[in-house]
Amino acid sequence: MKSHDHSAGHGHGSLHPHGVEEPLAPKEGITPLVDITDVSSGYAGSPAIENVSLKIWPGQFIAVVGPNGGGKTTLLRTILGAVPLMRGRVAIRGETVGGAALERVGYVPQLETIDWNFPITVEEVLLMGLFRKNHWLKRIKKEDLKKIDALLDRLNLTGLGKRHIRELSGGQQQAVFLGRALLGEPDLILLDEPTAGLDIRSRDDVIHFLHEINHQGVAIVITAHDLNWVAAHLPWVVCLNRRVIAEGKPQEVFTSAVLQETYRGDMVVFLHDGMVMIGERPHAPAP
Amino acid sequence: MPLLSPFEYEFFRRGLFAAIVVGALCGYIGVYVVLRRMSYIGHGLSHAIFGGAVLSTITHSNFYIGAGIWALFSGALIHAISRRRWVGADAAIGVVTTTSFAIGVAIISTYRSFTRNIEAALFGNILGIAPQDLWTMTGIAIAVFLVLFMIRRQLLFATFDPEVAHAYGISTDKIDFVFIMLLATTVLASTQTMGVTLVAAAMVIPPVIARYLTKRFGMLLVISPIIGALCGAAGMFLSFYLDISSAATIVLTAAAIFIVLETTLILKQKTSTRVAVN
Repeated sequence: MKSHDHSAGHGHGSLHPHGVEEPLAPKEGITPLVDITDVSSGYAGSPAIENVSLKIWPGQFIAVVGPNGGGKTTLLRTILGAVPLMRGRVAIRGETVGGAALERVGYVPQLETIDWNFPITVEEVLLMGLFRKNHWLKRIKKEDLKKIDALLDRLNLTGLGKRHIRELSGGQQQAVFLGRALLGEPDLILLDEPTAGLDIRSRDDVIHFLHEINHQGVAIVITAHDLNWVAAHLPWVVCLNRRVIAEGKPQEVFTSAVLQETYRGDMVVFLHDGMVMIGERPHAPAP
Repeated sequence: MPLLSPFEYEFFRRGLFAAIVVGALCGYIGVYVVLRRMSYIGHGLSHAIFGGAVLSTITHSNFYIGAGIWALFSGALIHAISRRRWVGADAAIGVVTTTSFAIGVAIISTYRSFTRNIEAALFGNILGIAPQDLWTMTGIAIAVFLVLFMIRRQLLFATFDPEVAHAYGISTDKIDFVFIMLLATTVLASTQTMGVTLVAAAMVIPPVIARYLTKRFGMLLVISPIIGALCGAAGMFLSFYLDISSAATIVLTAAAIFIVLETTLILKQKTSTRVAVN
């Protein structure tokens, strides 16, 4: 793990450690999938993230953690070119973000942003994944419907295509939106809090499915709040609070000092059966 | 009075055709209006067009050209304003539409010689539609249907999940602009039938009724225009027999169906709760 030094003259380029043993970790000589260089971006002239430099490598699986308002969603939206850059550059496969560069990038928004009363079925949501770009006259062919059926099987949603999206469980709903992203055959998927509001079983299903996709070579970036869950399941973590505080393997990044700087709160970090665990320090009793 | 007797009158046949075309068109575009939460914009646009209708009357120009230019300009203005964050979009839209309406009222107060035309613009004059207007209206409706059909998938994506649609390369801003232009055109085509005060109801009530009947978006696009057309036809017959304003009868017919469905739903829910408690 390497903490990000944001002193003058530093903070540009990769701060990613090289030669780590993770099979899907960055390697020398490979063009990064996403190269974020000294980026500040935000809304209405006010930056939500500042001087962020980060590289995402092919096949990587990353969790971005940080406090509410720390810029996690803004970071994902910046990669998608949906937030105006105030400085810096975002490149996907070496190309400046936008248009063709985003063709193989999938995005799964927070489920909280979905209008669950919208009259739409699982199949209709999935079909959206086939309509990237403005292909006005593109029609749905038989092969497309077969693709949807195969995807429903893969997502364990067989026979649920005609159901309204509200009629599914939280885990199944997440799977539908992930499925829509997969239809574009992406090499990078960005997921905004994919486990928010899910029970333990559904969270488990989601992470196993994400690992399965990742093992097929798709790079995945998720934002998350549950640090213990991240430590247990994710190989690489980025701590973000408007700027990148640190990145690396969870057992190396999750230290009291880094978490203190990220969350501005006191946290206890300890090892249990070789796993890093994070707990809140209880308030001192009133005198 | 026999059911087919109204068909003896040319004005009724034309009015019935207009009510069905406008009902179906408003029912179709209304699905997007309701789901995009643009009912207020639809209502505002119909009021904005009033200024154009009055101007085209005093300049003796063709209604569809005069009011059409006015409607598209108002639509473009609303689109531009609704994208700005510094002032609430609804308030800004209110400024544009009420100003446009006020221009119409101001002109009327100066020229008092065309009250009848103005009444028609305000409350509709379905029985006074000329054959030429009928063809123009049908042509506009077909064009709007075709464009909406062509962009239906991108429009659905941009309506349901605009952020992801944008990330997936769909020009959501262009889609929004095209949609508001289509909305302005629909209001224009419907004004002579429904009047500016009732057009919005024809766009909102049929899709709301259709939502009771289906949970599929694709089916909504089939059911809503059918309901719109049926309400148009039923309203015309009721208007003929009851001697009430046609536009008002069409809206009241749709509203009655809505009330019946809503009441049924409430009763069903109460019954199922009672069963669950017992």
